Amino acid sequence: MRTTTVVIGAGHAGLAMSRCLGDRSIDHVVLERGEVANTWKTERWDSLRLLTPNWQSRLPGYEYLGDDPDGFRTMPETIAFIERYAEVISAPVRTNSAVTSVRRSDDGYVVATSQGDWQCRTVVLATGACNVAKVPTLAAELPPSIATLTPLQYRNPDQIEPGRVLVVGASASGTQIAEEIHRSGRPVTLSLGEHVRVPRVYRGRDIKWWMDAVGVLDEFYTDVDNIDRVRNVPSLQLAGSDERRNVDLNALTDIGVRLVGRLAGIADCKAQFSGSLLNLCQMADLKMNRLLDRIDEWVAQNMGDGEVDPPHRFEPTRVEASPPLGMDLTSSEIKTIIWATGFRPDHSWLDVPVFDRKGRLRHDGGVVESPGMYLMGIPFLRRRKSSLIDGAGDDARDLSAHLAAHLDGRTVVPSARDEMPTLRSVA
Amino acid sequence: MSTTKNITDNGVNVEALLEAREALTQAPEAAQFTWRAKNEWVKGTHSRSTVEGFFGLGEEQQHRSRFTFDADHPEVFASEDHGATPVEMVLAGLASCLTAGIAAVAQNRQIQLRSVTATLEGAMDIQGILGIDGDVRNGFQGIKVSYKIDADATPDELKAVVAQSQKRSAVFDIVTNPTNVSVEVS
Repeated sequence: MRTTTVVIGAGHAGLAMSRCLGDRSIDHVVLERGEVANTWKTERWDSLRLLTPNWQSRLPGYEYLGDDPDGFRTMPETIAFIERYAEVISAPVRTNSAVTSVRRSDDGYVVATSQGDWQCRTVVLATGACNVAKVPTLAAELPPSIATLTPLQYRNPDQIEPGRVLVVGASASGTQIAEEIHRSGRPVTLSLGEHVRVPRVYRGRDIKWWMDAVGVLDEFYTDVDNIDRVRNVPSLQLAGSDERRNVDLNALTDIGVRLVGRLAGIADCKAQFSGSLLNLCQMADLKMNRLLDRIDEWVAQNMGDGEVDPPHRFEPTRVEASPPLGMDLTSSEIKTIIWATGFRPDHSWLDVPVFDRKGRLRHDGGVVESPGMYLMGIPFLRRRKSSLIDGAGDDARDLSAHLAAHLDGRTVVPSARDEMPTLRSVA
Repeated sequence: MSTTKNITDNGVNVEALLEAREALTQAPEAAQFTWRAKNEWVKGTHSRSTVEGFFGLGEEQQHRSRFTFDADHPEVFASEDHGATPVEMVLAGLASCLTAGIAAVAQNRQIQLRSVTATLEGAMDIQGILGIDGDVRNGFQGIKVSYKIDADATPDELKAVVAQSQKRSAVFDIVTNPTNVSVEVS
């Protein structure tokens, strides 16, 4: 089988790219190992809701038109939203086509799948950023009596034995899971390293509304100091809920979750926690306040008095004077550890030499170091919002423009932003 | 690129540090360092450490001169007090590491420092080292560090500099995290 472009992955990112390729009349298929929105269907916990408000999932040719723009989608609603997008844009999706390898050919790539081989000139990798849960190597030292789960395996607290639970990691996943498990009656100890604290609501508006309005989400990858560092910053401590509650560390302390430092080692069946907890919490408070300062400055310049609530600051993160530095994993009642220690993409099927010494894909803003190959949907790919559904559109527009130029034999710098007027309406 | 002349001068060559960072990103093997110290017993609890050579950037390196440090225990420990107590040297090492970091981070953020002073306290229950109570650890119960900084920056900017210095400090990491130590006798 032959086509011009193969898009791998029929999630929001692959579908946004499909729409942009369609706008440019570029012949393509979207290969999906399972069904549309597969990871949303199979790799998310039951109570999870999107962290971004409904209005903020704008995709090329598609947007929210319901009556609850400030609500947060449940997983079934998210799946329905993405399935509907695939229909609206008539995406040429081939479901149950698992890609087994991608390799170079004379004029492009051969994409081998469970349903046969595709020859193409260009390929777009849109298989997601969270395929594999990262688990620290020290997990190997754990006594076998302790059950472990990653966020990809976690569904709800009923999976977990009664007794104390250690949650490792305080990003969006770690804090939400810690809250849910603790509320189920299993007391949680939360071990945390670097984390990003934000309030759900500030001055009467959702933090994501502010980040969008102020321009934080549009920050471009060439405008940040150290893109490798920024791409590894943990996700914001946020949850989507009707009551718009916070899941920051103070909120967790309020319900009885115990905070300890970063898990630094396991020796003789004893977990050792770093003594740097206070500094990490102070850093997160300072960073949050810099974001709030930026919002306040923007309000002063762009909004009238009284249009939003007055500025204020949140209580600093409360850290006990001497947090525990260790925990006995045999005698204490710890039964389960949740590794909420981040994710990485799985490109193991990619048989093209584009990986750096740490196994990361080498790319410049999604333009992979192999002509005609593109990457979508990873944190800060091109913009701070690249990992959001709302970020897929601008990235797909830019990268489809680069892809089109490549097909025409023209050279465009990877950081070029798309200038082509596009159809933004429909649906 | 900014062409504004940088007038902040904390005496730290940040450009050289940033160049080294770039070079070592390309050649991570050159980033492998080994630090060394020698120690010789003098008499009683008095011993003398020397540092001179270390390994880094792929080859043997030398300090500009040999540095020596006398350590002993004070008279309340029935010692002759020929030098600092080893635990005080740990406090000094932590302070020097954090202060060096503060100067470098401030330089990089174009914050002119006028004075930086730190006071450190390490609380210790010596029932541990005397073997009186096995539940008491030998080391510090905790360490408190207080900085007073006079600089052209807001209080939050200075807190952020000190926080970043802790984040990048070798001794802060050594003190707050476990390290495997092997001691051999020949």
